[in-house]
Amino acid sequence: MLAHALVFYLFSFIAISSSLAVISSKNTVHAVFFLILDFVSISCLFIMMGAEYLGMLTLIVYVGAVAVLFLFVVMMLNVNFKDLRTGFLSYLPFGLLIGIVIIIELGMMIGTWKYKDSFIKTSEIQISSKVSNTEALGNVLYTDFIHYFQISGIILLVAMIGAILLTFRQKENLKRQDITKQVSRERDDGVLLEEVESFKGVKLND
Amino acid sequence: MIDISLGHYLFLGAIIFTIGIVGIFLNRKNVIVLLMSIELILISANINLVAFSVYLQDIVGQVFTMFVLTVAAGEAAIGLAILVVFFRNKGSIHVEDINTLKG
Repeated sequence: MLAHALVFYLFSFIAISSSLAVISSKNTVHAVFFLILDFVSISCLFIMMGAEYLGMLTLIVYVGAVAVLFLFVVMMLNVNFKDLRTGFLSYLPFGLLIGIVIIIELGMMIGTWKYKDSFIKTSEIQISSKVSNTEALGNVLYTDFIHYFQISGIILLVAMIGAILLTFRQKENLKRQDITKQVSRERDDGVLLEEVESFKGVKLND
Repeated sequence: MIDISLGHYLFLGAIIFTIGIVGIFLNRKNVIVLLMSIELILISANINLVAFSVYLQDIVGQVFTMFVLTVAAGEAAIGLAILVVFFRNKGSIHVEDINTLKG
């Protein structure tokens, strides 16, 4: 139990301090690295809680895809991130005030809230200790939640199409192969037959 | 203190959520950090869902965490694509320059 508590406090300390570093670091590249650290420690917390599959999925999706995407964009854009930070201190008192109010409200809610034993469960899909976490998740994901699963697939497809469509740029003076144009080319388009009289030459108008 | 209960995880989620909100307030000019703050808020929602799922021994919370992950990935892709297009057109990512849509 002590080890569990120690590991929880360690990972949550790393998660909280790195997310503070994300919002306050001067260099945006450093902010992305702290975001990666935050995701890694939160996925360790997930694994510790007993949601191994989600921990690994968080690692793959957040660290492997989302954070690397952020890193690409930060390094690709040639922006002076220094002057984007102007006004940081002027927003600080207001932001801290809102933050303190929110944390007090949430803390009051969590601290005084009590879980009733006669809580009516909305679903009866219990985690059994016989199957692994991945197997339990797969058992419900492809049966009870198949429509949600397919809708989330459509969301990803729409996001992919949208991202490609937004960033796609047709270059003007780029030579491309046009199959239809090549196939539909006739003999007259390329060959010109002229009767050339002697000593007169031929005048071609290009 | 030693006994880690549901409340500890909920507090962790609340703290990370608050940090995300404060990050939106502080980095009003940097759109990339704004998007990262939104990711922080989404992952704090994930922490809450997983904590409740494990505490109630109900797998549905973890299923919905997967859907939150899906939405987060799509949102990051679309947001960064919009940012890249905006940078290509305007040459800056200042939030003040994003005002051509005002009616």
